[in-house]
Amino acid sequence: MNSRSRRPSTYEVLREHGFDRRSFLKYCTVTAAAMGLDASMVPKVVEAMETKPRIPVIWLHGLECTCCSESFIRSSHPIAQDVVLNMISLDYDDTLQAAAGFQVEEIRKGLIQQARDGKGEYILAVEGNAPTADGGIYCTVGGDTFLNILLETAEHAKAVVAWGSCASNGCVQAARPNPTGAKPVHELIHGKPVINVPGCPPIAEVMTGVLTYILTFDRLPELDRQGRPKMYYGQRIHDKCYRRAFFDAGQFVEAWDDDGAREGWCLYKMGCRGPSTYNSCSTMKWNNGVSFPIGSGHGCIGCSENNFWDNGPFYERLSMVPLPGVESTPDQIGKTAAVVAGVGVAAHFTAFLARKAMAKGKEGESGSGEKE
Amino acid sequence: MATQRVVVDPITRIEGHLRIEVMLDEHGTITDAISSGTMWRGLELILQGRDPRDAWAFCERICGVCTTVHALASVRAVENALGIAVPENAEIIRNIMWLAQTVQDHVIHFYHLHALDWVDIVSALKADPKATSELAQKVSPSWPKSSPGYFADMAGTLTKFVQSGQLGLFQNAYWGHPAYKLPPEANLMAVCHYLEALRWQKEIIKIHTVFGGKNPHPNYLVGGMASAIDMQSDNAINMERLNMVRTLIMDAIDIVEQLYIPDLLAVAPFYLEWANYGGGLGNYLVYGDLPQNGIGDPSKFRFPRGVILNKNLAEVLPVDLADTEQVREEVAHSWYEYQSGQDALHPWEGETRPKYAGPKPPYQQLDENGKYSWLKSPRWKGNAMEVGPLARMLVGYASGAPEFKEVVEGALGILKVPATVLFSTLGRTAARGLEARLSARWLLAEYDRLIANLKAGNTATASTERWEPSTWPAECKGFGFTEAPRGALGHWVKIKDSKIDSYQIVVPSTWNASPKDGREQHGAYEAALIGTPMADPKRPVEILRTIHSFDPCLACASHVYGPNGEKLAEVVLR
Repeated sequence: MNSRSRRPSTYEVLREHGFDRRSFLKYCTVTAAAMGLDASMVPKVVEAMETKPRIPVIWLHGLECTCCSESFIRSSHPIAQDVVLNMISLDYDDTLQAAAGFQVEEIRKGLIQQARDGKGEYILAVEGNAPTADGGIYCTVGGDTFLNILLETAEHAKAVVAWGSCASNGCVQAARPNPTGAKPVHELIHGKPVINVPGCPPIAEVMTGVLTYILTFDRLPELDRQGRPKMYYGQRIHDKCYRRAFFDAGQFVEAWDDDGAREGWCLYKMGCRGPSTYNSCSTMKWNNGVSFPIGSGHGCIGCSENNFWDNGPFYERLSMVPLPGVESTPDQIGKTAAVVAGVGVAAHFTAFLARKAMAKGKEGESGSGEKE
Repeated sequence: MATQRVVVDPITRIEGHLRIEVMLDEHGTITDAISSGTMWRGLELILQGRDPRDAWAFCERICGVCTTVHALASVRAVENALGIAVPENAEIIRNIMWLAQTVQDHVIHFYHLHALDWVDIVSALKADPKATSELAQKVSPSWPKSSPGYFADMAGTLTKFVQSGQLGLFQNAYWGHPAYKLPPEANLMAVCHYLEALRWQKEIIKIHTVFGGKNPHPNYLVGGMASAIDMQSDNAINMERLNMVRTLIMDAIDIVEQLYIPDLLAVAPFYLEWANYGGGLGNYLVYGDLPQNGIGDPSKFRFPRGVILNKNLAEVLPVDLADTEQVREEVAHSWYEYQSGQDALHPWEGETRPKYAGPKPPYQQLDENGKYSWLKSPRWKGNAMEVGPLARMLVGYASGAPEFKEVVEGALGILKVPATVLFSTLGRTAARGLEARLSARWLLAEYDRLIANLKAGNTATASTERWEPSTWPAECKGFGFTEAPRGALGHWVKIKDSKIDSYQIVVPSTWNASPKDGREQHGAYEAALIGTPMADPKRPVEILRTIHSFDPCLACASHVYGPNGEKLAEVVLR
């Protein structure tokens, strides 16, 4: 912790950047709102921002398409500049880093060494996943396999954030027949808290919201059975969809650009995966609330769900969802979806319990829970 | 004779994983270079057996930086195979989305991926805010954020950030390298604009969100676009949505005209020596894009199609994507093998079997005489080609298109340099800016075209006649293309019994970053590096300048197609 105590807190940095107290409090209020927190929690955010130094983040890129990084810099509150300059110390990120080559690897190795020596800590953010087939040769960085780099960097990380569906559940390169043996992070890293933030990509403000939550409360957000933050992945898109009334009324788009499409009716018959997808798209929406897939006339493809690429074709309606007509139907849909999800996560349930136990331990240790 | 080998891995500030190795002579000049793509995901194999209407979503995930372009090429390929013509509104909306992507992508590249090769952040700390303000007002009189107070605040921010001792993204770089030539005030101005551009880029992409529901990775649709238009509905593309699009377009024009272009023209005079380096192949390939009369009529594209060989601007050669003698891929230095025994294959006949033959990781260096990359070597009629903004601007310029001549000659006139400077690292970087300028103007032109259509009562956005697989032929094949921000992108698809039988993608960065071919012809990156002098091999900023001038995208560049789903990988570690 020595190295951390040397670093200025977010408030100190902001103050030095010309923020007065009033602007700083406003900033904290917006940040709290972005995390979905009640106004009563603002003082907690203020305290965190006043006293906590910027923690180093190592952001690794494996097999991926960089859509998560692109989403991250789209964040409206906080904006990426504030996260990178004022909240974290983004010490390693191949996409944005000024240095290149061995100088970059020196930074990563230096942070690992410090953590190993008990002189520092860092959060590991992983975008993409590791190919495990054939000795990992399908992705190398600096001459070493990404698989080795991931394992080496995770070993001393304080926590691991798995950005996007690649890192959380495998995504497109893990789709049938998964030629490179790509595996999500939680299948490779054990004994370490892993937060899954799925989506292809995740919503920008979900990404910054997860990070700021960890920084503010110095603990991980509450996770569901799949290791996802409950605050963003707790409910199905369908349950909060503004077109839900049309579903219940049996009014559906039957063909692209038909009258129903122009009226904004339900896209269930066009293959919408909203009824089986847990994400915040229909509430938070995308790109500072401009729209989300259903809002722009295309069904959800379920991009935050496990194995969504192999649950196609995307335009085939969900066979397990009965058409509406009786009042109980929506609940039946919910039960069906939950059972399917449960089967998918059973294999990881044990790992989840271990992670949760660790997270709880951390909470007690730091003594900075919400109760304070 | 090579006296020293310099390895840069990872190349940062790019998309994906790229390794560059160069050989230097005793004077420190690059005599040979190899470019190695070090990741492979197998996307084309994953596509096999899928519903062709789903392919765009898979393909879009090839790249999240140039998000949208693979989806566009994919829906065009499937539409070409199935004989679907999209409604004019869909063509226009796709053009608007393409243009928004290109402008955003080029601005991000200039400020966030490329600028730090030319801008010394540490030098910016020495800048005088008042002098910086005078410089900024001279460079761009209309840009509002140019007061001494603004630059004093920003300089203070930067100083405190540096004094915090946590340099984050900016640590361990090449600050103070003699290759940095800008005065402190220009450096401070550029750093400020780095942050301004970062704030803005999240706005322009809202155009994608309006029509495609999200960004990155907006939704596309075979047959048109899913966002229906209805002026009488609050739940479709209506006046409010269109107003948002127009507002974002006007802001984009401001950013390009008042920030990007002025900064480009202000920085270029300090680096004119880079008009002598990085030219490379001198061969340029453009498929063309921005249809005005359907994708089947290249004569009406805003970006003309064509090839220039050996820097000969007097002749633009025709290109045919369906001609199996033109675009072909080789694997002589790639970690694949061809079972057919042929040296080069057209994408419709493409076959690839990965066969890793590189050193066992962790390794120190690759073998330039053996196989050394996960990228194949696409060639046009056997020629190694460069693709991208420079190729597009040159083909447009050489084709005599007035809008191209205006922006190219305008910039050359301001810098007082001849057109030959375009064949260089500096020319490549400048061409991207000029293309952004054209693209921002065309955004408004396409918007006006959409409005004219709506006024005429034409609101259709999707053709659904051949939506159902029952209407498809038992077998068909097609190709789709677009000009991605980084260059010519082609998708070739074969459909059989309503499923994808084969899918092959030839990507801009595969052209540019490709390894040598069977005749030992270098790819564009490699050729561009050769002949460049390096001041300090341990701080290879010269390599970054030229490689970044291409705007590498390596996730795009590497993938593979396997013919029958047989075991693809055979790995030999040595």
